[in-house]
Amino acid sequence: MHELGVVFHIMDNLEKVAEENEVKGISKVVLELGEVSTVIESYLQNCWKWAVKKRELFAEAELIVEQLPAVTYCEGCGQTYPTVEYGKICPYCKSPDTWLLQGNEFNIKEIEVY
Amino acid sequence: MREVRVLEIKQSVFADNDQQADLLRQDLREKGVFLLNLMSSPGAGKTTTLMRTIEALKDTFKIGVMEADIDSDVDAQTISKSGAKVIQLHTGGMCHLDAEMTRQGLAGLETNDVELAILENVGNLVCPAEFDTGAAKNAMILSVPEGHDKPLKYPLMFTICDVVLINKIDVLPYFDFDLEKCKEYIHMRNPKAKIIPICAKTGEGIEEWSRWLTEEVTNWRRGKA
Repeated sequence: MHELGVVFHIMDNLEKVAEENEVKGISKVVLELGEVSTVIESYLQNCWKWAVKKRELFAEAELIVEQLPAVTYCEGCGQTYPTVEYGKICPYCKSPDTWLLQGNEFNIKEIEVY
Repeated sequence: MREVRVLEIKQSVFADNDQQADLLRQDLREKGVFLLNLMSSPGAGKTTTLMRTIEALKDTFKIGVMEADIDSDVDAQTISKSGAKVIQLHTGGMCHLDAEMTRQGLAGLETNDVELAILENVGNLVCPAEFDTGAAKNAMILSVPEGHDKPLKYPLMFTICDVVLINKIDVLPYFDFDLEKCKEYIHMRNPKAKIIPICAKTGEGIEEWSRWLTEEVTNWRRGKA
């Protein structure tokens, strides 16, 4: 739902990086996206395609999204399990005392520049 | 062929905003301003609840309100009738407020004499949850007609909130809203969340909510929270 805002946010950040590194243009942006980060890749890609036309630095920039699976850790038994399948309750010991180990990420991993 | 370089960034997309939000929180603490970020879906009753809150606390704290909307100033006009200081922020199509926009809004409020600043965020259960505004506490309103399953559908919103107000409890007999199930779902996402059932229209529950808020503001201003 807020993918376009997020795209602008990424572009603002990268414009600063480009300025600091004397970059002429960006050809590729690689993001790491957690499975439960509430950002939908297909929407993100659509917004990206629209937004690159508005900013010169990104005219040729391709967006690559690397998905990170969501994993939950259980304090009760010390095991980990897939978050999306089982949610907040540990499937091994039924404890609700669990927390998200990985899956909420939304990182700019690297960019390819010229 | 042109030369291509790879720059490693390794930075969260939200890192920039999180940093600004922390700075703002620190500034507000030094100034003794408690900022409440109030969120909900459109029509859950943020403005009516705010009117009740101002009425209950206007003799206790100097209150300032920031109304964030994509467009219009109908909410700001309503709030201005309460006598509280109010400004309208337009997000220009954005579905949430970030820390920088909040800072600008506070500057417009002239926070020097405001003790309790309330940000009425854009009506939305998704995006505002992602962006830390720099608030001392996050509150959200879930209204009965929306259904008791919302904590399952919008987990992040319920995870980041310190307090959840369940509004419009006067219409409970007309909806299949299970209050106990709702509390259970909220606590599944956030065991620490304080839950207060209210009816902004009749004033039911507003006393408990005002008490909670008074305590939080007082603790914040004493540097305890």
